[in-house]
This record gives sequence, C-alpha cells and structure tokens, in this order.
Amino acid sequence: MGKKNQPLQFDDDDDDEVVLFGTWSSSRCTRVEIALKQKGIPYRYVEVDLQNKGELFLSYNPVHKAVPVLVHNGKPIAESLIILEYIDEFWSDRGPKLLPEDPYQRAQVRFWSNFHDDKMIPATFKMVLTGGKEEEVEKAVKEFDELLTVFEQGIQRDLPAAFGPHRSDDGEAMGFLEIVVGINVCNYAAIEEAIAGMIDEAKHPAFASWVNAITEKPLMKELLPRHDQLVAKIKGMLASMP
Amino acid sequence: MEEVKLLGWWVSPFSRRVELALKLKDLAHKSQLLLEYNPVHKKVPVLVHNGKTMAESLVILEYIDETWPNNPILPRNPYDKAMARFWAQFIEEKCNGGLWKIMWCKDEEERGKLVEEASQCFITLEGELKGNKFFGGEEIGMVDIAANFIGYWLGVVQEVSGMELVTRDKFPVLCKWMDEFVEHSVVKETLPPRDELHAEFEARLGAPSWKY
Repeated sequence: MGKKNQPLQFDDDDDDEVVLFGTWSSSRCTRVEIALKQKGIPYRYVEVDLQNKGELFLSYNPVHKAVPVLVHNGKPIAESLIILEYIDEFWSDRGPKLLPEDPYQRAQVRFWSNFHDDKMIPATFKMVLTGGKEEEVEKAVKEFDELLTVFEQGIQRDLPAAFGPHRSDDGEAMGFLEIVVGINVCNYAAIEEAIAGMIDEAKHPAFASWVNAITEKPLMKELLPRHDQLVAKIKGMLASMP
Repeated sequence: MEEVKLLGWWVSPFSRRVELALKLKDLAHKSQLLLEYNPVHKKVPVLVHNGKTMAESLVILEYIDETWPNNPILPRNPYDKAMARFWAQFIEEKCNGGLWKIMWCKDEEERGKLVEEASQCFITLEGELKGNKFFGGEEIGMVDIAANFIGYWLGVVQEVSGMELVTRDKFPVLCKWMDEFVEHSVVKETLPPRDELHAEFEARLGAPSWKY
C-alpha cells in the first residue's frame, strides 16, 4: 500500500487549514502524519524537493530550512516533537491523547524521546555513512546496540508500562513514544537489507516485541514509507559514496 | 508533605535554570537546593519530587510548569507554547551548541567559521526579542531561562578566553536583554559569583566535563 497518495480535500465550511510539508522517506514527517490521522484532522500534504526547496517552504522554516513543517491557518511550526505536542494540545478534544496526563510520565516520555532523537537516530544514520565497509559497520552496530541497551533499560525503569500491552481503550491508537520510536522500524528493516542488521532481537526481546507490535498497527501499515523504496534509496546513497 | 530536591552543580547554567524555575514558582523555601554535585561523578541537574527522579533541564522546566501552574514560564496558548519550545531548543542546540564548539576549538580557521555561524544564530535570536524586555514579554519565561548561559556565563567565558563574540556594538539588542536578565530580582539569586565563576572557567577551560 503506497503512502502519501492524494491530498485530502477540505470541506467548504472547514475553518482549519492544516498543511504538512514533508519528504516521503523522513520518519520525522511520518510521525506527524500518524498523529494527524489518528486524531482525524484533515490536512494537505506537500512533498518538498530538498534539492529545490522553494520560496514558500523556506518562508515557513527560515531558521532550519528542514522538514517537517506544519502550517496551521498560515502559522508555521517546525521540529517534529514540538509539532506532536502542538497537535496534542490544540486538538486536545480529538481522539486519544498522545502524551500521558501525569506530569512525571510526560517528563519521562519527553526525556526518552529526546534520547532517541539525539542519540539513536544519528547512530542509525551512521550505519549508512559506513558505506557498507565491514569494520565501520561493526563499529556502528556496536554503538547502536549500546544506546539501545540504555534506552531499553531506561524505559523499563522509568516507564514500565510502555513496553507492555497498550493501555488505550482504542487498541489501535498509539502514544507519543510509540509514534516517535516505532516509526524507525522501517529504517531498521531497510538498513538490514541494504547493509546489515542493527538490532539483536535475542538480546533486546522487550524492545523488539514492542516495536514489532507497533508495526502491525493499521496507521503504521498505511503510512510507513515503502520498504523497497527505502532500500533503493539507501543503496543509492551507498553507491554515491567514495 | 511535599519533597522537592534539586541535585546540581553551582557552576552549571543547566542546574541554575532549574533553580531559577523553582524560585520563580515560590518553591525555593520548601526545596532542598543541593548544588555541590560534580557532574563528572553524578548526572546533573536532577529534580527529585516526592521520590520521583527526572533529568534534563528543559524537560524538568516543563515538569515544574505543569506541576505548579502559578507564575507560568510557558505560554498557555498552544501556538505560543510551540514557539517558546522552538526557541528554547534553538538556543540549546544552535547558540549554546555553537558556543561550546568555539570554546574547545583549537584550529583558528575552523574557529573563525564557527564564530561566523554563531553570529548568525545571535542575529536570529535578537530578532525574537521584538522590542520586548524579555523573550517571554514583560516577564521572563522558558526562553529567557534557556538563554541563561548567554545572559551571564558567556560574559565570563569571553573574559577568560579573550573571545569577543557578543559585544555591545555588534549586538546592542541582545546586550540590553542581558542587562535586564542579570538585574531581574529572582535571576540575580541564581547567578554564581562572578569571580568564583571566572576562577572555575580558568581552571577548567581544558576539560569539557562540566557540560550537562
């Protein structure tokens, strides 16, 4: 099932105009789409050509010039985690909440989401930067494995319910952490095919089963970038390296 | 009986952000502010509230604002709140991150490039003041607290290193904000004594262990 097919149509009397600028392969953009769809918020998606960003897009994110950018009634918001919090707060009455209600749990979700984005995502990208060279790949896999161990142990200590069966009434709804972290399962799978496996499932059973369960959610299946396209993209990047 | 404890390091702006937030919320009198934890040995700052532990200063600030809603440090309107978070992150990653790299950069040519990048960041940041006294408007907020390193520590770093990145002629608007920031009655109480900070930086400028 391909993702990002047709832009949604707005009703004539719809007050809200929501536009998402993104790129098909960016998990940070997919996060935002999942949140919008889960909350039933109509939006228009605009694919940005990163080689040719265009005046309009740049006017919405002059500081970072990066995707995703959510434009709500003409007002832009950048940075995916900030966008997710905005969606949760502005449309607080729509659908299940992304973040927990309890401030302490919210702090833990934010801490581990930051850890994931600041440490685990760059380590994932390093796999591609190895260019497939065996020694480099080994180093990158080891580094990611160490971070994953910290993450897994941290979640089990600070958010013990997170890896357990989902607590929402709607069994298919995902929470903040699931959306932020679960999204990258497509990257792990594509990297595994194009370069090497990153996750030792025997060593990290809690994380692996959690992430595999997330993959089965209908919105993930609908919106994750296609595996073959991601693999082709990574192979293209490897080919262009010295 | 509520128990609030801050474990931090007196030198570190990250620890002082949390202290500042607790003071703005009138919580200092019932909190233990323990600022002798050397970050080499213990991760700081850490907030302990009724036995529950949290780390990362900006995450802690959000927790404090949500738990004690008096004297809010974040706007209530979702869009304004998103903007405050955006600028706090910008300050952390681009401004502070950039300054950090400059401080430890030994190569003069590389440093020149980093200084140029950092200058761009400060021009952008200045633009966000929009004629207001503080980033938070009339009163300090999350963004001002996040910018505390720029507000005070940077001056000491510039003295010690001889670096002249943010000067009054280059950044008059930002320097005016810095003046207001350090004069703020509550902020004043959280600033480490200048001479002690100076001595600390002089001693440590070879070791990045104090960054948390």
